Amino acid sequence: MTIEEKQEELVEDFSMYDEWLDKYEYLIELGKALPAFPEEKKTDDRLIKGCQSRVWLDAGMDGGKIVFTADSDAIITRGIIAMLISVYSGRTPEEILTSDDAFLDRIGLRENLSPTRQNGLLSMMRTIRDLAESHRN
Amino acid sequence: MTVQTFRTLFPALDGNVYGKALVYFDNAATSQRPASVIDKYARMSREANANIYRAVHKLSADATEAYEQGREAVRAFIGAASREEIIFTSGCTAAVNTVAYSFGEAFVRPGDVIVVGEAEHHSNLVPWQQLCLRKGADLRVLPVDEEGHWQLDELGRLLGAQPDGAASRVKLVAVAHISNVLGLVNPVEEVIGMAHAAGVPVLVDGAQGVVHEAVDVQAMDCDFYCFSGHKLYAAPGTGILYGKKKWLEAMPPFLFGGEMVDTVTLERTTFAGLPHKFEAGTGNFTAVATFPEAMETARLARDPQLLAAFDETCRCLEDALKARSDIRLYGASGDAAGPYRRAGVCSFTVDGVHHEDLAQLLDKMGVAVRSGLMCAEPVIRHFGVSGMLRASLLPYNTLQEVEYFMQCLDKAVAMLR
Ligand SMILES: Cc1ncc(COP(=O)(O)O)c(C=O)c1O
Repeated sequence: MTIEEKQEELVEDFSMYDEWLDKYEYLIELGKALPAFPEEKKTDDRLIKGCQSRVWLDAGMDGGKIVFTADSDAIITRGIIAMLISVYSGRTPEEILTSDDAFLDRIGLRENLSPTRQNGLLSMMRTIRDLAESHRN
Repeated sequence: MTVQTFRTLFPALDGNVYGKALVYFDNAATSQRPASVIDKYARMSREANANIYRAVHKLSADATEAYEQGREAVRAFIGAASREEIIFTSGCTAAVNTVAYSFGEAFVRPGDVIVVGEAEHHSNLVPWQQLCLRKGADLRVLPVDEEGHWQLDELGRLLGAQPDGAASRVKLVAVAHISNVLGLVNPVEEVIGMAHAAGVPVLVDGAQGVVHEAVDVQAMDCDFYCFSGHKLYAAPGTGILYGKKKWLEAMPPFLFGGEMVDTVTLERTTFAGLPHKFEAGTGNFTAVATFPEAMETARLARDPQLLAAFDETCRCLEDALKARSDIRLYGASGDAAGPYRRAGVCSFTVDGVHHEDLAQLLDKMGVAVRSGLMCAEPVIRHFGVSGMLRASLLPYNTLQEVEYFMQCLDKAVAMLR
């Protein structure tokens, strides 16, 4: 599945719920399903700045593709980063850098987050791009 | 008066969010405004929008008169001796900053001590901390114990002779009447008594206190009392600095310009008398004009029948939170007559659930609460958590809302676990 196809799939998944409370429930499920993140990797240099809850994001290379792992102390935030990982992990830096994130608006995520979490989402996307940039050969 | 009758005065409480009835439990941040205040604001905007004190024309005279009526309403509400002791600022924060700067300029020297409570809002902490940094003074803390109660013997030590035999150098004590996190009515009178016995003035941050307690500044004998209009039913952008005349007269102005002067030459300026000396620039005359209506509302809120219902509503919330073994409620309320009564504010955490997640789900259920550090980081850290959830009520909140809130809390917690 390409990045665009995965984004499309998420937009469809979220559109199955009318109520935002149910969309949150879906995000929470994504958060709960995110694999455990090793405690020793919860270091300050992996913390994403600009989030009120703490979010750690780590990136490694595997056969030319970036593999993201992450965690957060808040479960909704964990769901958001899990969703982003499902889109952007296992891609080449070029794929990430040439994609856009308009799907977040189509889901309606941005407008349905508190202002602090909107900032957090912005920071997560920026960090993903920065990491892609720094892993580009 | 019944809760329902009082409630109908506030149009916003009828509102919907996301198609659900609004449950507004963020009153400690900002109270809702009654229609009388909303209407007065609109009427003044239409009919008396002109600069105050400055012109001879009718509109200016009307605006000035409304401004002074606002001052008189506040003076009467807190029992100040004269209008000269009521200074309008932009908010409680600006009021505290005014004292921190002006009092600091006049009275604080290197090595002096300022005492603040440990559970202060940043607005009654940072101005003092920065003053101390500027002046080379020491900031000392009146600590709270695990129940959120002041450890007054520590204050006694700070105010008494020092271990080396030197006299205490405490110049001022600044404490909250009611902490915006713990929500307990602090024994400010006792602190004032102790401080005065040592010749030290006391500033009381009344942002929460004035909302829940019948304040008489002369009986309390505080030297300064600061609060905001927007937490007390008035329009936002207004704050009050009450100060005893003897202090206000001895302090230099904080901001300069506008009508706060007497005569100005290019070389020097003599300043106007009180209260104008501390009111540089154009005041928020439209919002100040809402004080007579806002104080009338605050007076209605103290109706005995309404207060009895409010006490019961608050107790229900407190009991419901305490009944849950996975919830930690901060600050222990004492007996009904004494200090540390709980005043409509419950801050808590739920085991294994992040406060921000809870606040976000509650919001989607129509419930407005505050979450996070609540502008009082030191006391949140004191209790070893990264943030709390706060439900803060006013007498227009109902028992049904508390029940709905607890149901929503259960549902949100179940979703998050
Ligand atoms: C105890 C306390 N002090 C000071 C303030 C600051 O008030 P304002 O932001 O209106 O200046 C608040 C408001 O949050 C408060 O609760």
